[in-house]
Amino acid sequence: MDLSVYEPASLPDLLPLYYRRLFPFYQYYRWLNYGGVVKNYFPNREFSFTLKDDIYVRYQSFSNMSELEKEMQKMNPYKIDIGAVYSHKPSLHNSVKSGTFQAQEKELVFDIDMTDYDDVRRCCSSADICNKCWTLMTIAIRILDRALYEDFGFQHRLWVYSGRRGVHCWVCDESARKLSQAERSAVAEYLTVVKGGEETIKKVQLSDPIHPLIRKSLKIIERYFEEYALLGQDILENKQCWDKVLSLVPEAVRENLLRDFQKARSSVDRWERLKKSLGPLELKKGANSAKEIMLQYCYPRLDINVSKGVNHLLKSPFSVHPKTGRISVPIDVRKLESFDPFAVPTISMMCSELDNVSTIEEDQADANEGEPDVKRRTRDYKRTSLAPYVKTFEQFLDKLDQSRKGEMLLKSDLKKEF
Amino acid sequence: MVFSRTRQLRTTKRLTGDRKGDHYPFSLQFYQLPPTENISLTEFETFAIERLKLLKSVENFGVSYLKGSLEYNAKLESELRKLKFVCLAPNDEIDDKVYDIRRKDHISHFILRLAYCQSEDLRRWFIQQEMDLFKFRFNLLPKEKVQEFLRFNDLEYVAISGEEKDLLQHDLMNSTFGLSTAKLEDCEFYKVPFQAALDLVRPRKVFLSKGFAFIPHKDIVTLILNDFRTRLSKALALSARSLPVVQSDERLQPLLSHLRPYNMTSNVGRTRIPMYRQSFELSSKSFPLCMRQLHKSLREHHHLRHGGRMQYGLFLKGIGLTLEQALQFWKLEFTKGKVDSEKFDKTYSYSIRHNYGKEGKRTDYTPYSCMKIILSNPPSQGDYHGCPFRHSDPELLKQKLQSFKVSSTGINQILDLVKGMHFQLACQKYFELTHNVDDCGFSLNHPNQYFAESQKLLTGGRDVKKEQAPMESSQANPPSQVTSSLSSSTNVTSTQSEEMEDLEQILSEY
Repeated sequence: MDLSVYEPASLPDLLPLYYRRLFPFYQYYRWLNYGGVVKNYFPNREFSFTLKDDIYVRYQSFSNMSELEKEMQKMNPYKIDIGAVYSHKPSLHNSVKSGTFQAQEKELVFDIDMTDYDDVRRCCSSADICNKCWTLMTIAIRILDRALYEDFGFQHRLWVYSGRRGVHCWVCDESARKLSQAERSAVAEYLTVVKGGEETIKKVQLSDPIHPLIRKSLKIIERYFEEYALLGQDILENKQCWDKVLSLVPEAVRENLLRDFQKARSSVDRWERLKKSLGPLELKKGANSAKEIMLQYCYPRLDINVSKGVNHLLKSPFSVHPKTGRISVPIDVRKLESFDPFAVPTISMMCSELDNVSTIEEDQADANEGEPDVKRRTRDYKRTSLAPYVKTFEQFLDKLDQSRKGEMLLKSDLKKEF
Repeated sequence: MVFSRTRQLRTTKRLTGDRKGDHYPFSLQFYQLPPTENISLTEFETFAIERLKLLKSVENFGVSYLKGSLEYNAKLESELRKLKFVCLAPNDEIDDKVYDIRRKDHISHFILRLAYCQSEDLRRWFIQQEMDLFKFRFNLLPKEKVQEFLRFNDLEYVAISGEEKDLLQHDLMNSTFGLSTAKLEDCEFYKVPFQAALDLVRPRKVFLSKGFAFIPHKDIVTLILNDFRTRLSKALALSARSLPVVQSDERLQPLLSHLRPYNMTSNVGRTRIPMYRQSFELSSKSFPLCMRQLHKSLREHHHLRHGGRMQYGLFLKGIGLTLEQALQFWKLEFTKGKVDSEKFDKTYSYSIRHNYGKEGKRTDYTPYSCMKIILSNPPSQGDYHGCPFRHSDPELLKQKLQSFKVSSTGINQILDLVKGMHFQLACQKYFELTHNVDDCGFSLNHPNQYFAESQKLLTGGRDVKKEQAPMESSQANPPSQVTSSLSSSTNVTSTQSEEMEDLEQILSEY
């Protein structure tokens, strides 16, 4: 039996090893402590654990790194969620006067889930993903990452693979963490372009003039559209699929296009004809149909409720996905195109990697006994395929540190002037 | 200094008594300073009641008409006149009459602050209505007065430079409706943190760059409203703290508490109506379209996503489903699909119990109103909740109505209302058509009200027993009470499982 293939039943055996030897506690604490600038920022943070048999424990909190580490090694959670920073220690939430226990800050988060694209992908449905539809996530990250930086000015955006079928974004700028609920929903709504549920066919309606966000997003989609939608998904392959697309164009051109489509050979050809037939509609309603179709098929679909609430929980980076065994790893946006969700290490893969090295180095083991835990763990994860992802995380943390230092310098300079 | 500035602006010679012109130079106010004069208790009471009437009208018009439309403006203006909150000041002169009206505006606002500061819900309601009122009045302010008004209230915004404007020209034009290159020249843009202009950020009506929003002059009201909201919200929080002092005043206390419980949303969400075995067909007819849609999709998919479970679950709670019945109902349906009984207990029963105030912070949640359904949490992929009149493609809506055998003239009437954004009126029309009445005789604002009114009609009002509990006290209303009323009126002597069958039957649509 190949031990590196993940089997959900083996999770209880693997988790202790993962939390003891691999989980990057040091970096994790470094992140959530944010330089220790604000008092009690880490101790007042809510964590929640999902334990065996779906037992869900909310309002966990830890005073420092070693407490967090000890607790996690004791409880071996199947899944870890991160919540808000509260006014009091979350673990004491029952003992403070009701009404005074309130969520105060949290990263601005986004959750994009492949299930929400079911009506526009032909390769898989629900929880399944493949390399074909993964492009949707690549596009989503490109579009949102640009908007969060250029439009909102957020510097520190941590993109994380959820471990199964989607991605998360943690915006960690101080100003983002301080956003109120109303402000969070405004940001999320600004970024939402595809609207409507099962009772809506046309989910994108553009109005003139076209807002810069849409223009810039369309530029990004254009880079992927032919390769992804026309060739990969082949969205105009047969009548059944092109009827879906045709329901989105103005009725006036529908019939002609239908005839055109039957003559044409490929999706690319049909798409050209569609664009051409919309040309004469210039300035009238429907002139934007081609753009609207591109957006409906490719624009990121956010789970807006996750972003809105200050106290909403989201799966933590480096948590294991219990169904797939894959680790929630940070994504290096500079190398986004080469990110492969199927190459992300599973917990069983890493544990067997660990085993392989340890058998080789068995004889040296005695010499290492006295080493402190942290140091050994650093070496441990470096020997597994988790290493590059931790590195991406560290680079993110370095940037956070730098801008924090920059701000502190600025502040102390200002003080000196008085 | 302030005195001299305002004196230049206004002629005040006509005022008599204690009236001072510089108090109220404009037809609208920012309400920065509380009134300090003495007033009689009768005046206190009439002022407060009249403002409350005004704010209620503001709310009602906002529901029935599109805010800012001609109809809305006309209605609001006549209401302001009727309640004497507005008066034309000819030649910009402030005479006694104008002064008195503005004084009343000032004082009544502060009285209601006292009555509406004490809970989150009251505060939110008050702020919303005051903002709508302010916005309406601000838009009436002549252009030349706007700058004066801003200066008077220390609200000054800095415009961006010509160079910056040139640099951003394209983006600015693409973010602003109806702005030509020529107009761009004359248009001032103000650069503010995006947090100050959420109402423009949300619908993408403003250009954003590096966290700043570039507000065109025509949208400056958004900034001002934002300021208005922030200050009012802070002031209300402060007032709440000093409330004990006010409440200990035995002259004011009864007046204020009389004003406080606003009953305008009425008790519809809380109306419990017993369900009859024989009324199964009637019941499905009594479901408003949104609930019919949710029920149908639950039947088809044996699943509903969170938004749908909340909207439908609370509606059912509102028409009398007890916690036990709700648990059984949802479980029965869900376990027909992919969810097994164990998973249901783990994943879904918590939130149902939560809705009934048995988990978490133990709030006894009330069913969603039409406003809430229309405005908040719009459905997205995989969702069936929301308002069918608001959130469906007109074409699909039409098909659906056809399938319910609504006449084609009726459908056209409904679609016209939808086009005019009168979703609740559209639903009301649907009610009239499906119940064969010319005028339903109520103004619809709650799905449970729809149900109650329908039951009233269908059963001829004969034995519809309403157990009404006011919204406020409902928190303390134990569900057990409902159970007893339900079983006593239906004479159910059967076991739980049979009851469930009844419920199933009652709820099955076709």
